[in-house]
Amino acid sequence: MDIFLQQIINGLTLGSVYAIVALGYTMVYGIVQLINFAHGEVVMVGAMVALWVITALAGSGTTLPPLVIVLIGTLCAIPACMAVGYAMERIAYRPLRNAPRLAPLITAIGISIILQHLAMLIWSRNPLAFPQIISNPVFHLGGATISGVQIAIISLSLLMMAALTLLVYRTKLGVAMRATSENPEIAGLMGIDVNRVISITFVIGAALAAVAGVMVGTYYGIAHYTMGALLGMKAFSAAVLGGIGNLAGAMLGGMLLGVVEALGTGYIGNLTDLCHVSWISSDLAERCAVDGHVILFGSNYQDVFAFVVLILVLVFRPSGLLGERVSDRA
Amino acid sequence: MSRKSFTVSWIHATVAGAVISLALGGCGKQDEAQTSADSGGPEQVTVKIGHAAPLTGSIAHLGKDNENGVRLAVDEANARGLVIGGKKVVFEMLSEDDEGKPDMGPIIAQKFADAKVAGVVGHLNSGVTIPASAVYHQYGIPMISGSATNPQLTEQGFPEIFRTVGRDDQQGPAVANFLMSEDKPRVVAVIDDATSYGEGLANEVEKTFKEAGVKVLPREKGTDKQTDWNAVLTKLRGEKPDAIFFGGMDAAAGPLLKQGRELGIKAVFAFGDGACSDKMTELAGAAAEGMICSQAGIPAQAASQSFLEAYRAKFNTDPIIYAPFTYDAANVLITAMQKADSVDPAKYLPLIKQLTYEGASGKIQFDDKGDRKDAEMTIFMMKDGKIAPVAIIKAGKTIKFEDFMKGATAEASTVQTTEPATEQK
Repeated sequence: MDIFLQQIINGLTLGSVYAIVALGYTMVYGIVQLINFAHGEVVMVGAMVALWVITALAGSGTTLPPLVIVLIGTLCAIPACMAVGYAMERIAYRPLRNAPRLAPLITAIGISIILQHLAMLIWSRNPLAFPQIISNPVFHLGGATISGVQIAIISLSLLMMAALTLLVYRTKLGVAMRATSENPEIAGLMGIDVNRVISITFVIGAALAAVAGVMVGTYYGIAHYTMGALLGMKAFSAAVLGGIGNLAGAMLGGMLLGVVEALGTGYIGNLTDLCHVSWISSDLAERCAVDGHVILFGSNYQDVFAFVVLILVLVFRPSGLLGERVSDRA
Repeated sequence: MSRKSFTVSWIHATVAGAVISLALGGCGKQDEAQTSADSGGPEQVTVKIGHAAPLTGSIAHLGKDNENGVRLAVDEANARGLVIGGKKVVFEMLSEDDEGKPDMGPIIAQKFADAKVAGVVGHLNSGVTIPASAVYHQYGIPMISGSATNPQLTEQGFPEIFRTVGRDDQQGPAVANFLMSEDKPRVVAVIDDATSYGEGLANEVEKTFKEAGVKVLPREKGTDKQTDWNAVLTKLRGEKPDAIFFGGMDAAAGPLLKQGRELGIKAVFAFGDGACSDKMTELAGAAAEGMICSQAGIPAQAASQSFLEAYRAKFNTDPIIYAPFTYDAANVLITAMQKADSVDPAKYLPLIKQLTYEGASGKIQFDDKGDRKDAEMTIFMMKDGKIAPVAIIKAGKTIKFEDFMKGATAEASTVQTTEPATEQK
């Protein structure tokens, strides 16, 4: 049972990161029906900028407490990512807003490749160690352990989701965003500066991505110029799982995906151990007698779960778990 | 090291008719060496020994280290004034930069063949040595690498190809033997990154443990880009292993180690050479302390005293990693030529196989494949953020590093007195 609880904690931590990144995908999709494939790279830029600042500060012999250094790193990463998000929208997506759907999708992939390679030029192709300066106390919880960083990731994610929900449903800007999402033309006629609203959406998504980047860096202690690609793909799956365009859906999808991944990785080996059914062939029984286990799918299938879930959702519920609008505009 | 792959090949290219005199340029085959008429002494012949390694780029310092090993051997041989086949032999090192690029391997090899080298020491990287070795095989040029550890190099069955360093697949048994002698684990978990390097290494470790009757948990796998190992480690935590081995590179090993300790796993963590550097401390922080890892060969500081002194005197620095092995490789070529009394590759090649040579890195004998018999493996442990050698594994026996150092010094001194023929001075 403690193993199960531990896997849930692992999954929730991972899921929180997915959820934050998925929000970026879903917000942009909700407003311009564009899948911003470069969003994962923004997470990477956030991690890299924070790593840069934290390494510089930590190495400068400053007397600032480590937590403050990480905070400064995050506060530097957020504007950097916002700038990247704004530039991305302005350069690659706005000129193509009325172009066929495929065009901005292609530029999104292009931007993703460009960002990755720029990062490679700036930060080298080697994996970089994320400075581990903050102490990470470990708490025990009914046989399972949860670290300070994990608690911080989960609670910070929940906090940001709450803040974003308030922003979208309780502010004037939120009304403008929802109106633009409903119908950009009419929203424009009502006096909403549609371009500005779209830019702000990109910038908010990028800011969330920056925080996610710092979370991933601090949690795993490593940053690499390709780190955003797979994370982005999984977060996108999470967004689709929850129903793309739907904020609550992205959060639910992210958390769910994290837990599915952790449990899947933890238990698939045991579940697909052919020795449970060794009676079906004598060859198998022999191998089981020697090795004890004949495992069909090992834990290296970890990354597959996200995509299996994605396919299943698309087959049985194309609009996602909480998605109302069928993706007719995609 | 396999993927980081330092393959040092020394191209000993000694050409029987080494310096082609332009006057005889029209004569097709030139078997006769150019004689140095000006010296007036006995007939003199120049024998070229090739050396190839990356001399530019990120591991240029290692390439230079390898080159220094060959240079030292060549200079010492020249100082001894060897007479082979009735002629005074002057060795000349032909050093080329292969940039550590696989496609440059065959190009450099062809260059050496055209220059009619008598033998080659190198290359540094396995990835470069393997394609180059086909060319050496084609021209029948003996090649000895002092750093290419990928098993595939000698599995091709080329009789001209040797190495003075161990193979990656000897690392696995070494780590397993060390763990069994030190920590006596009862239950062991093995994880790999599903690459040919990581999985191959993990298979060897698992095999060694199983043969010794240690319980090995079902294999866990990840990928070489994986940073989240929590799920795998959580599952393992429930099985309470005493030791965990991971076959993979540092980028995955660092997070794995960190997460393992955060989950409260008390087991000993062990790795292969892909995660055997001080970088592990950066990646895993305090969690790296006490980890075990292995590298092929012996640390440079464990090479023979006479070599270390000669190297320091000549280059004013310490050898980095593979210089003792390239030095030995060059000396093996030279010694084989002496024993065969010929610098013709066809004549001295069989002698390399039969040779027993006491070198800077210990006794060198080759098996049928061209691998070094009983090649040493070194086990390192992370102490105060730096990896420090703790043991040498030789022929399945674990020798404490301090004892090995004492033994090596003693051995080196006996060699000096008993076997002057192969002495390096």
